[in-house]
Formats: sequence, C-alpha cells, structure tokens
Amino acid sequence: MSSLVCQRQSLRFRARSYMAFAITPRAPVVDWLADLDANLERSKGFFAGHPAVLDLSGVNLRAPAIAHLVAALEERNIRVLGIEGVDPATAEPGLPPVLRGGRGTPGLEAGERATAAVTGRLAPQRQSLASLLIEDPVRSGQSIVFTEGDVTVLGSVGSGAEIVAGGSIHVYGTLRGRAMAGVNGNARARIFCHRVEAELLAIDSYYKTADDIEDSLRRGPAQAWLEGSTLKISAMQ
Amino acid sequence: MAHVLVVTSGKGGVGKTTSTAALGAALAHDGDRVVVVDFDVGLRNLDLVLGAERRVVFDVISVINGVAKLSQALIRDKRLENLFLLPASQTRDKDALTEEGVAAVIAELRDRFDWIICDSPAGIERGATLAMRHADSAIIVTNPEVSSVRDSDRIIGLLDSKTVKAERGERVDKHLLITRYHPARAARGEMLSIDDVLEILLTPLLGIIPESEEVLRASNVGSPVTLNNPLSAPARAYFDAARRLRGEEIAMHVPNESKGLFGKLFGRKAA
Repeated sequence: MSSLVCQRQSLRFRARSYMAFAITPRAPVVDWLADLDANLERSKGFFAGHPAVLDLSGVNLRAPAIAHLVAALEERNIRVLGIEGVDPATAEPGLPPVLRGGRGTPGLEAGERATAAVTGRLAPQRQSLASLLIEDPVRSGQSIVFTEGDVTVLGSVGSGAEIVAGGSIHVYGTLRGRAMAGVNGNARARIFCHRVEAELLAIDSYYKTADDIEDSLRRGPAQAWLEGSTLKISAMQ
Repeated sequence: MAHVLVVTSGKGGVGKTTSTAALGAALAHDGDRVVVVDFDVGLRNLDLVLGAERRVVFDVISVINGVAKLSQALIRDKRLENLFLLPASQTRDKDALTEEGVAAVIAELRDRFDWIICDSPAGIERGATLAMRHADSAIIVTNPEVSSVRDSDRIIGLLDSKTVKAERGERVDKHLLITRYHPARAARGEMLSIDDVLEILLTPLLGIIPESEEVLRASNVGSPVTLNNPLSAPARAYFDAARRLRGEEIAMHVPNESKGLFGKLFGRKAA
C-alpha cells in the first residue's frame, strides 16, 4: 500500500496496512460454529481486541446469511471489520465492506496461533526481517515497490526511477530519482545514500523535492529522517 | 554466427539512423555480410541515408504479411555488395508489426547474414520494443545532454526486461555510442562530459562520434558517412566502433584530447 502524497500538504491521505485474523468458515456453517465454540471454550478471549476478516470463499452464502453469520460472530465477541471472497455485488449497506488483495503473513497464521493457544504454548512471534537487495542500477522509468521492509540498492537510482519502501532505503550509488521510505506510516524509516542528487525524498508521506534540498548537500553522502512533521536531511561523514 | 544488434536511444534525433548506416557500411566494408533493418514503420529514413529510396518495392511489412519473400524485399547496396537494406513501410504504422512476424523475419535473416542491425524508432512503444525484442546486443545512442541521457537510461532498463534474452534470464550486451560530441562546448560546460554520461549510464563505451558537418553532408547525398568520406573524423570514429563491435581492442579517441584531429577538421573546412 502506498501513501498518496498530495500537492497541498494541509490535506494528507495515507494508506495503512494492519494485521487481521482471517476467519474462514466451512460448510455446513452450523457445524463450523459449533467447532469454533469448542475452541473458544478452551481459550477464552483469543479474539479479544483483534480485528477479524471473514473469508467466505469456502462457503456460498447470500447477503441475509452473511448478516446472520456476522451477528453470530459478534455474539462471540469477534468483530468483523471486512469480508472477502465474495462478489462485491452481494455487499449490502448493513454488511462490513468487501476487501480484496489480502496477503497471508508467514509466522502469524491465525490457524497456527489458534492451535498454539489451545495447547497452551504460544509460538514465539518471529518478526520477519524483510529486506530487498537490488544489485543492479535502477534505471529511469523503473519502480521498485517493497512495502514489507527495507530496500538496499547497490548501484545508482536513475533520474525518473523510484524506490518505494515500507522501511528505510539505502542507496550505495547516486540517488538521482525518487525515494519514498516508510510508506505504511513508518515515521522511523530513513533514507541513506552515497550521493544525493534526488528528485524527491519522502518519509511517511512528508516530502522534499530537489528544489528544497540544500545545494551544500548535493553530490555528497546524505541521510534523511523525520523529526515531527519535518523532513530533515543532513550530510553523512 | 549471426549477430542481432539493435540501435536504439529512446529520444529522437540523436543519430540512430545515421549510426546504423555508418556502422553497417563499416562492417560490410571490412567483409562481413550485413543487413540493416528499418523498424521505423511509417517514418522510414534509413533508405534515404543509404541512397536506396528509389529502389524500394517491398518492405518488412510485406514480408511479415506474406505479400513478398524476404529475398524480394532485400535491397542490395550499390557500393558494397555485401550490405543489404530491409526497408520499413512508409504507408503503414507500427501496429502492422507483429511479434510473430518480426520473430520469423529475424530468424530468416540470421541464416543469411553475419550482422543484423535493427534501426529502432524513437520512443518506447511497439516499434521500439519489437526492434529490440530479439537483440543479442544493443547500441545505445546518446547525445551528451541530460534529456538524451535520461531517455537512454530508460531504454537500458527496457533492454534488461523486455527482450527475449532478458526473459530467458540472460543479458543483452550493451554498448554506448555518444554522438554529436562537441569538445569545445563540453569544455565550456555547455554539454555533459563523457565522464558524466558514463557515470550515469554505467555502460561500456563503444565510441565517441564528434559533431561534424560531414555527417549531414553524407546524409544529404544518400551515403553513410563511412563511405562518403572515410577519412573524416566521424567516419574514423565509426570505423573504430565497428572494429570494437567485432571484439578488437582499440584505444578510445576522446575528441577534446586530440588537437591534431580537430586541426585536420578545420583544415578541411578552410580548403
């Protein structure tokens, strides 16, 4: 997901991604609800405070049935913030919004966690150290988008190329294009480059264009970070 | 072993067609069998630069459409018997080029020639992508100024992603040809220096062609500069580039380092 950087800074739209449980009912739904109840009995409050998405790709339900299922889950303190796996046409005003483009999260599968919770031992939550290494120069017109973590470029980033990262951006060559770090709302992300001639630097949707980058910094090694709502750039020795 | 070479740039007017003709003639002059293929369907120029415009009957589109056989469409150069032209159609547009048709034509040309030089149209659309599609190597023609360099950077990215070789996980060999280089203007900082261009594009240099009236003069009489005036500075730079393409090691001649070269140039002008 990417931030939408507006021309006028007073109005900022930002996209964010969150982790949610995907609950996948099986047919017949009545039996599945009974299984769910049995599991909840053993680990009460498992879903407490966690948002959930209802994946209906395994069952064939019409709008009234979906509304009934959502209500049944609410009774069990499971808040459904969206549904997926259904035709958007089946969505009715009363139902949670239809979501698309969800991705699985390795290491935090709801099913695995449920099993772990039931047996009483919670597997250590491993945060995956996501990073992307680009060994070649990034050419004009190319766009590297990696919202999961850091991007490291060994070569240069050409004028008219762009790097979009959920984490920090490291460029060991010359950064001539655009670098947008922390696009998921990560204000701690930074941009480092061996030589800054960038067209645009952005962190968490706060940006500076080439005109705003001091001449004294140009052509030297630099880093950019966010201090409150100000994008700071300084030379690196 | 046939070698498919695309001459490309992204930007228009940098000297792709001139370079295609000059290098094709230089390679043919040294004995190789060469065909130059015009991919600029709708805006063909290569026939004019080679002086073959009055002998065009069929073209690459008629071969693709099965109207003519390849041997009927190939035009033999009047000066060099092993230099051929496959012209573009002037009445059609780039949509007439099909992926399969281009593949078939290139495959057939591979059997007959040592060098297949594809003259790409400007831009990054269909004509340009199909011209580079089957290339074994590419010559990126760049003028020493920022817009041309950025467009070349873009083209290099496409060569690394949209060619058959790239899709097989191989690399298209890339050579940079800097044309219209003006040493005096570069020295005054009005042009990018050779070092600036190389630093941005990170591509091996094939040659530096100095800006010269000889190039225009040769185009106007329908002759590649390497045939029209083989001793002129641009012609010699093209001959050197052609020999480098064959794998020969030749010292690079940076025009501003050689006063003698420009002394000769000015001498010729005064004469």
